[in-house]
Amino acid sequence: MKRSSYIIMAAVVVLFALSWIFKAMALDGETEHYITRAFLVTFSAFLTLAVLSFLYRDNPFYKFAEHLFVGISAAFWMCVGFWTTIVQNLIPRLSQPLSEFFEVPYIGGSFSIRFYLPVILGILLLLRLSRKVGWLSRWPLAFIVGTTAGLNFVRYLRSDFIQQISSTFVPLLGTRWEGFGHFFSHLDLSATGQLSMILANWVIFLGVFCGLIYFYFSKEHTGVFGKASRVGIWVLMFTFGASFGYTVMGRISLLVGRITFLFKDWLGLIS
Amino acid sequence: MKYKLVVSFLLALLVAVPVVAQQDTTLADTSAAAMLPAPATMVQAKDADNDHGHAIDVTWELSADDGQGAGTVLSYEIYRSESPDGPFEQRGLVPSQKNSYTDIGSRDRESPDYFPDYIDFYYRVDAVAADSADRALSEVFGPVHSYGQWFNTGRIPVMVGVLIFAILTILFVTIAKKGRELYVRPLAGIDAVDDAIGRATEMGKPILYVLGLGTADQIATIASFTILGRVAKRVAEYHTKVIVPCYDPIVMTVAQEIVKSAYLDAGRPDEYSDDIVYFVTQSQFAYVAAVNGTMLRELPATNIYMGKFYAESLILAETGAVAGSIQISGTDEIAQIPFFIVACDYTLIGEELYAASAYLGREPVLLGSLKAQDYAKAAIIVLAIVGIVAANFGWTYFTELFQVVD
Repeated sequence: MKRSSYIIMAAVVVLFALSWIFKAMALDGETEHYITRAFLVTFSAFLTLAVLSFLYRDNPFYKFAEHLFVGISAAFWMCVGFWTTIVQNLIPRLSQPLSEFFEVPYIGGSFSIRFYLPVILGILLLLRLSRKVGWLSRWPLAFIVGTTAGLNFVRYLRSDFIQQISSTFVPLLGTRWEGFGHFFSHLDLSATGQLSMILANWVIFLGVFCGLIYFYFSKEHTGVFGKASRVGIWVLMFTFGASFGYTVMGRISLLVGRITFLFKDWLGLIS
Repeated sequence: MKYKLVVSFLLALLVAVPVVAQQDTTLADTSAAAMLPAPATMVQAKDADNDHGHAIDVTWELSADDGQGAGTVLSYEIYRSESPDGPFEQRGLVPSQKNSYTDIGSRDRESPDYFPDYIDFYYRVDAVAADSADRALSEVFGPVHSYGQWFNTGRIPVMVGVLIFAILTILFVTIAKKGRELYVRPLAGIDAVDDAIGRATEMGKPILYVLGLGTADQIATIASFTILGRVAKRVAEYHTKVIVPCYDPIVMTVAQEIVKSAYLDAGRPDEYSDDIVYFVTQSQFAYVAAVNGTMLRELPATNIYMGKFYAESLILAETGAVAGSIQISGTDEIAQIPFFIVACDYTLIGEELYAASAYLGREPVLLGSLKAQDYAKAAIIVLAIVGIVAANFGWTYFTELFQVVD
């Protein structure tokens, strides 16, 4: 490391210590464990700034925050997985002695293969650690991918195919067709909102129609087909634009939350 | 005379008092009867259709005092017993003007609400007035029992769709296997993959392949596996380096198998290492922080994001752009596609991701399924047009064909 790096790190340590002291002084009398609380607030502010420093470039503070975050979260989720899936869900259905060992209520009873099957598949998955029988770990993988792909196939066919078709069954003329005379005599665009309904239905129809043409891969997109495909991609882009703006608004609120933490909880500049 | 009058008065009193008393009782009885609503009639109960059992549909004719007559019925209470003589327990409550109720229980034997199949039950429906004590009991109906059905008739449209799609897929796979060329239009994002691998080779920098946050059971992740196999094979052929950080342990395991097979297919099994595909963490933003760090430290020539992405998509793609990498992305997560479009050089939109795996692999099975999908889309267009005409002319029998029941 360069000398300047040492100076920056020392400055950060000094600033951290000063922040801790001043925060502890500010919290004295407000809370019982004010020193611990002051440390946690200061450390949170330091980590927030360390992550934000990535906007400048990769640096040791970001690396520290990154590794801390990754390490703690990996360990945390491993523990959550073990205690919620294996200890709370599996063991109480498999073994009374193990349930007593982990101090969870035994709810097993009659033998049921459906609880042993995941155990066997899990053990097979762990066999990949062995060079000799590591190939057995492919069986649970094949089971997971194959079974869920099959299940999802039916689910998607229902939600994205059948229901998608029925959702496009919209009256393009606004009302049920009972002849030109009836249509024009009952056409009241301003009073009943028929115009907006007709327009909305046409947008749905043309959007679906042209969008499907864009996603048709078996024919070259030229001529009329190509023009319909262009309309399709325009419809998609309008949709994505709206979605983009909506999501960015949500992200801004996250940024506001972090800035509020820094200026209110840490620096105390906002009451 | 006076004596006779007194005796007559007393006799009259003796006769009149019981009569008046009886009249008062009759009036009181009549008044009470007038307060009670008329009972629900024609109570029927039968096993609920298209389910796994543990449910019975109860129907009845509305009370004569529900909405008309005295109009005193406010609700109906549904009672069930294992014997026609009781005791009955309340199973449900519906407001007036409603004449059906589905008695659903749990199928879990340990649940207090367990509803056993093949046990005879008896049902009674009480028409209840404002004062819950004023109720008219219907006749008891039964016995009836619940049972599960093997076939859900409400899902026939789905079954027909599955069969048609399966037939189309088998047909086109067979055609492709016979060697007939099946045309697939070029996809810019996929054509760029080979160029990007070549660029990485020339620059001597690695390729970063991100499988997203999806699990191994999601279609986008499965499609991404196929593309990873193709990329890994090219990478092995060109002696380039690929980095695959994973969010999910199962996805990591599958990815390791795929990359290992790809290196084997390329004739370079010695260059494969388990460190190529590694697990990071299952925390969304910790994973992003780690991948971002990798991008700026390894400076990959190409970043490929294929799979399921959520809020991290823009953070990843922006960092990749800052690092100066060529970026190719693909996801079926509609909310994230806009972020990839603005920050990546090439983006596969939705189904293009699935098509990409077939386009890259050129395997008959994948090409056949892609063709079947295209024909399914053509069918959607035709059915949508017919359905719109049907909706305009009120041909409900056609539109009802596409109603799927849960």
